[in-house]
Amino acid sequence: MTPFHLLDAVAVPLDEANVDTDQLAPGRFLTQPVFAELLLHDRRFERDGTPRGDFVLNDLAYVGAQIIVSRRNFGVGSSREFAVLALPAAGFCCVIAASFGDIFYNNCLQNGVLPVALEEQAIDTLLRALRAYPGLHVCVDLPSQTVKASSCGPYPFSINAVRKRCFLEGLDDIALTGRYSGQVAAFELDYYRAFPWLN
Amino acid sequence: MQPKTLVDKIWARHAVSVLEDSDTLLYVDRCLLHEGFWWNIIDALKARNLVIRRPGNIIACADHFVPTTDRSSGHAGIADARRRELILRLENEGRDLGVQVIGMMDPRQGILHVVAPETGITQPGMVIVGSDSHTSTHGALGAIAFGIGTTEAMHVLATQTLWQALPRTMRITVDGRLSSNVTAKDLILTIIARLGISGGAGRFVEYAGPAIAALSIEERLTVCNMSIEMGARAGLVAPDETTFSYLAGRPNAPSGANWERALAYWKTLRSDEGVRFDQEVSIDGSSVGPMATWGTSLDQTIAIDQPIPDPAIEPDTSRRHAHERALSYMGLRPGDRLYDIPIDYVFIGSCTNGRLDDLREAAEVARGRHAVVPAFVSPGSRSVKRAAEAEGLDRVFVDAGFEWRDSGCSMCAGANGDSLQPGQRCAATSNRNFPGRQGPGSRTHIMSPASAAASAIAGHIASAHRLKITA
Repeated sequence: MTPFHLLDAVAVPLDEANVDTDQLAPGRFLTQPVFAELLLHDRRFERDGTPRGDFVLNDLAYVGAQIIVSRRNFGVGSSREFAVLALPAAGFCCVIAASFGDIFYNNCLQNGVLPVALEEQAIDTLLRALRAYPGLHVCVDLPSQTVKASSCGPYPFSINAVRKRCFLEGLDDIALTGRYSGQVAAFELDYYRAFPWLN
Repeated sequence: MQPKTLVDKIWARHAVSVLEDSDTLLYVDRCLLHEGFWWNIIDALKARNLVIRRPGNIIACADHFVPTTDRSSGHAGIADARRRELILRLENEGRDLGVQVIGMMDPRQGILHVVAPETGITQPGMVIVGSDSHTSTHGALGAIAFGIGTTEAMHVLATQTLWQALPRTMRITVDGRLSSNVTAKDLILTIIARLGISGGAGRFVEYAGPAIAALSIEERLTVCNMSIEMGARAGLVAPDETTFSYLAGRPNAPSGANWERALAYWKTLRSDEGVRFDQEVSIDGSSVGPMATWGTSLDQTIAIDQPIPDPAIEPDTSRRHAHERALSYMGLRPGDRLYDIPIDYVFIGSCTNGRLDDLREAAEVARGRHAVVPAFVSPGSRSVKRAAEAEGLDRVFVDAGFEWRDSGCSMCAGANGDSLQPGQRCAATSNRNFPGRQGPGSRTHIMSPASAAASAIAGHIASAHRLKITA
């Protein structure tokens, strides 16, 4: 995983709630490797493949955006990691939303995509600012756990301390768990003695 | 001693280590995988030169891409070469790696969440994870069970453990009794409509109370299955006599002296008297009626005889916009009665409602009547299919004009190619009504098997009860 400290980048306002995993990565594409057009494919493209001009991700004003700002329940739905992997494939490494789907949130943490949950009021302000000033930069500061954009913020956000350390150091879970292999072995010995039918 | 919840008890028994900020290294009993993500997980494992720590604890089952027609042609009958390749990868690599493989032609084949309970793989007190969000289903037998992504699944294969934040708990007590014309599906849809799609956010939900105790295991599986749709990580029901008699004699259940030992342990798996949950909710079971979704998220659910609410009365702006977008996507207007909405298609099956009781419930409605729109039934597993055929349900469906197909995830997510045409409206017994879920532009109404069968007969959204009134 690439370490994540501070991100200062263009943000795109996706002003809707419940952006679900089926929209983020439609089921029919899950047999092939992730590709740049996967993210929100059916929202971004017509059936013949031409980009939909009225969809905000296709708006040239937000070109080069690395952050998505959206509303409640972003990533609600299935466990498909494609819904997260589609983000970096399209250039995004951070989603700021009012809340997240539970599995999606965890999958973000596994893939170096920072999920930032802010109060609804902060989201309102950010979305308004991003629409009023397309191309506006948003600054996500992980060490201080704050989000700022021009005169908006700073807004604090929370993140599990272990996860934060993994992001800052670019550590992943496998590396972390490696330090506990002795404990796992001891646990198994005791566990299968107590529950032999599970062995 | 401090009283504990059922979740706390199972959690504590599986905690290998607890870190700062209460992250737990949790031991995993069983990991359930399907061909949809098998290849991603194994590729990731190989890329890191990792091996599977306990292959016997891993179950790999073909369900997402398998065709629901022409199963007798075997793999050659899969039209799409890539899907065939991914099913074969799961079957061949799975065998080479020593995991428990349930391949497409295996007599036990079916949807993971139907197969694992019915073969006794799912047991009380276990921690079960799966590469599928509906892994929450298995909580019906008193296990902690939840869906994970492919990176976490790789971690489980390599270490048999998973890092998890300490669980936040919630108890949903369902008092009273469900009416006779109401199903477990109507109950869980009512709960989600009440709490909202993030009402259970990240929580481990224990379902309790007399109306839950009265449910069969198959009904509890339906309830726990959709826990994820209110944002919960898992849903579970404390094991009881219903659970024990369901498990007795199943192929993977303990037997002999081990059965007695297991039973003694399982009987300790209940929330202690006076224990505090992080959140408590109670629902009156007798107030539940036949329900269906009208929109594109699971909280957009109303009783089948009710009019679709007007977004204008929604005070919250973001919710009002979501409401308006859903109406526009679904091609509906406020005030439309669900009961009057014509449908194009009916799908009966899925990990939510593809079990024998579900098929019996639908067959009871279909018996002696005739579907006026295309409808098909996909049993949740090949053994469900065999059992249904043994009691003649296949004839009931076929005589009523329903297609009788093979088992798999099918049109729930359309991953195998079973999908709707743009704009088509489907009465479905599955679990998600998201835009495009059943194919680009598809419109899905989620409901019970009885209501889906009634809708096929009526040609519009219907409940079995209303069908009787108008027949």
